[in-house]
Amino acid sequence: MWQRIAALIVKEFLAVWKDKRSRTVIVAPPLIQLLVFGYAATFDVTHVATAIYNEDSGLLSRELVARFQGSPNIDVVARLDRDGQIAEMIDPKRASLVIHIGQTFSRDMLAGRPATVQAIVDGRESNTALIILSYVNQIVSEFNREWSVASGRPPPPAVLVTRSWFNPNLESRWFIVPGIVALLTLVVTTVVTALTVAREREIGTFEQLLVTPFTPLEILIGKSMPALMIGLGEATLIVVVAVLWFRIPLLGSIPLLYAGLFLYILAVIGVGLMLSSLARTQQQAILGAFLFVVPAVILSGFATPIANMPPFIQDITLVNPMRYFLFIVRGIFLEDLPAPIVYAHLWPMAAIAVVTLAGAGWLFRHRAA
Amino acid sequence: MTLAAPKEPEGAGDDPAPPPSRGGSLRRLFGLVRKESLQIVRDPSSISIAFVLPVALLLLFGYGVSLDAKHVPLALVIENPTSETASFAVSLANSPYFAPVMMPDRQRATEAMLAGDIEGIVVLRSDFARRLWSPEGSAIQVIVDGTDANTARIISGYVDGAWQKWLAHYASDLGQDLSPPVVVEQRVWFNAEVRSRNFLVPGLIAIIMTLIGTLLTAMVVAREWERGTMEALLVTPVRIGEILLGKLIPYFALGMGGMAISTGMAVWLFGVPFRGSLAALIVVSSLFMLTALGMGLLISTVARNQFVAGQVAIIVAFLPAFILSGFIFDIASMPPVVQLLTHVIPARYFVSALQTLFLAGTVRPIVLFNGAALFAMAVIFLALTRRKTSKSLE
Repeated sequence: MWQRIAALIVKEFLAVWKDKRSRTVIVAPPLIQLLVFGYAATFDVTHVATAIYNEDSGLLSRELVARFQGSPNIDVVARLDRDGQIAEMIDPKRASLVIHIGQTFSRDMLAGRPATVQAIVDGRESNTALIILSYVNQIVSEFNREWSVASGRPPPPAVLVTRSWFNPNLESRWFIVPGIVALLTLVVTTVVTALTVAREREIGTFEQLLVTPFTPLEILIGKSMPALMIGLGEATLIVVVAVLWFRIPLLGSIPLLYAGLFLYILAVIGVGLMLSSLARTQQQAILGAFLFVVPAVILSGFATPIANMPPFIQDITLVNPMRYFLFIVRGIFLEDLPAPIVYAHLWPMAAIAVVTLAGAGWLFRHRAA
Repeated sequence: MTLAAPKEPEGAGDDPAPPPSRGGSLRRLFGLVRKESLQIVRDPSSISIAFVLPVALLLLFGYGVSLDAKHVPLALVIENPTSETASFAVSLANSPYFAPVMMPDRQRATEAMLAGDIEGIVVLRSDFARRLWSPEGSAIQVIVDGTDANTARIISGYVDGAWQKWLAHYASDLGQDLSPPVVVEQRVWFNAEVRSRNFLVPGLIAIIMTLIGTLLTAMVVAREWERGTMEALLVTPVRIGEILLGKLIPYFALGMGGMAISTGMAVWLFGVPFRGSLAALIVVSSLFMLTALGMGLLISTVARNQFVAGQVAIIVAFLPAFILSGFIFDIASMPPVVQLLTHVIPARYFVSALQTLFLAGTVRPIVLFNGAALFAMAVIFLALTRRKTSKSLE
């Protein structure tokens, strides 16, 4: 029996590898995506184009302006001298931030009255707007603190001491790149498996396979192995690039990472094989793969957190294998996730794998070509 | 569904299309348009790509993609409860951004954070109340889960806001003035509540229209090449320009139908304001539609095979539109090389024009610049397609 399965696995490998199209799909796009995602996909905001509108001639306002100029994230691109220019800067996106200091700024501060600084932000990109505002608040708080000390005002009774664990400099690349391990493994595994049965159905060899002495279980194993190997290989490559090229820390246990990867790939293979058995042509299989991959990625927390979604959509994400693996891979990379927490995310993937693989095995026989 | 199928593509005639059709060829063109329209109406797959796909994707993305953190689960560890710590806890609980959970100690909170149950920890040490009166002041420890750097940054900003509010309250209760010397007055233009949906949905429309425009023509025309019906069409007396125009017009109408549905959903379902002029929206979307269709035609002409055409359409149109268009990731923060690359992505111009038209209004320089860029790209793609098609005739 084992010999038979081995022969079947070799045959499936050759089928994937000999086909030039599927070879291209496996090798080229993932590498391009890894590089483009790794460099372009960032939530960090740098080089904020800023215009300064300072109506105050005092020393203190110039001191504050100097702090904005000194900030590494802010590029001062213009000085304004009348109100109308604010819209002229923001509307055509020549600046994302305008700092407006009123005429009485220095006078108010010296008199001990609260002085105001207006920060006008372009809200068309809401996330960038929030981050820009946090930069402004940081600069002004620092200014306040030093002024309070210098002018002998009482310090605030309590201060915040904020620290960020696992990613002290809050680099979004540390968040995105481990996610790419999950993303590309999903894409490659789905495409490879989605094609296998559909291709044979299109050529007509699947019926031949069904009348051989192979049991559905054996066919299932034979069809799964190439995808499993390719998925594991591709994921390993991405992990290596993430660590050596993008310098993402890998703190956790590698065996646990691979345990997660193994179950994740199995769950995805099950979905891919189900799609493949349902499709009549390779065309339909690819379309089906696309219709599975896009929602799976969006509803996994890859780009935006699951916690921000409405409750009923959060419930849908519970059947998404990528959601669990994404948690594991990010946790193992950055947090050295303890084993019990990893286990808690392993079993849902195992359950999904069992259901989808069993479904695929059933569909092999019961879906009439 | 068939009801929604456009039979007379009106308004499409006054759009810039490359080959001018002369005299009697108008009848031939009409015949071709009729043939393509019938083909669309009878084939459910292109109707569903144009109308079902945008609705499904807009629902999925509109609800699934959000950057607004609300009711963030936060652990609050109070080592020694006093009236001061209680007042701070209340100010956290009153913030709409947090759902604080009391935890007995840091150990427990750390475990919850690793398990992903909470996203941050606020610790008030046992000496919190006592040190409030000491010269160096008391320290409130805030720990955020930096794994998701973006959320972490947003949360720490919210904690900062809650802390400042508490300080002001606390001080005024004691009859002191603790207001900071300089106060920042925030004005977020165009999107006062900073709703991420207002920013994401217009961008999404651009992504979806890229997908529809390109995938629609790439797949459908590649199928004609595959089946050999394209060759059959080429040997008839119709000119190549007419064949291309005959394909463009019905799919253009189909794509604009999808655009109308998406815009309607954005405004009425997702509540995104539309502040620009409808005419500007129609002009810019028409130009973009022509670019996307041109790209799809070019892909299908070069690939001539549905599988390859589908793959190429996803890799050169969908993925760059998703990552490099400024739809979710800020272009100005990308490395300079990648920023240069974004200039050849048509979706970049459409995203920028849509975000402005929806949220800011018809800002002339932005609409003109992006419209001109799209017009140039449409001309390039359509001219290239025409050249590629005529070459293959001999």
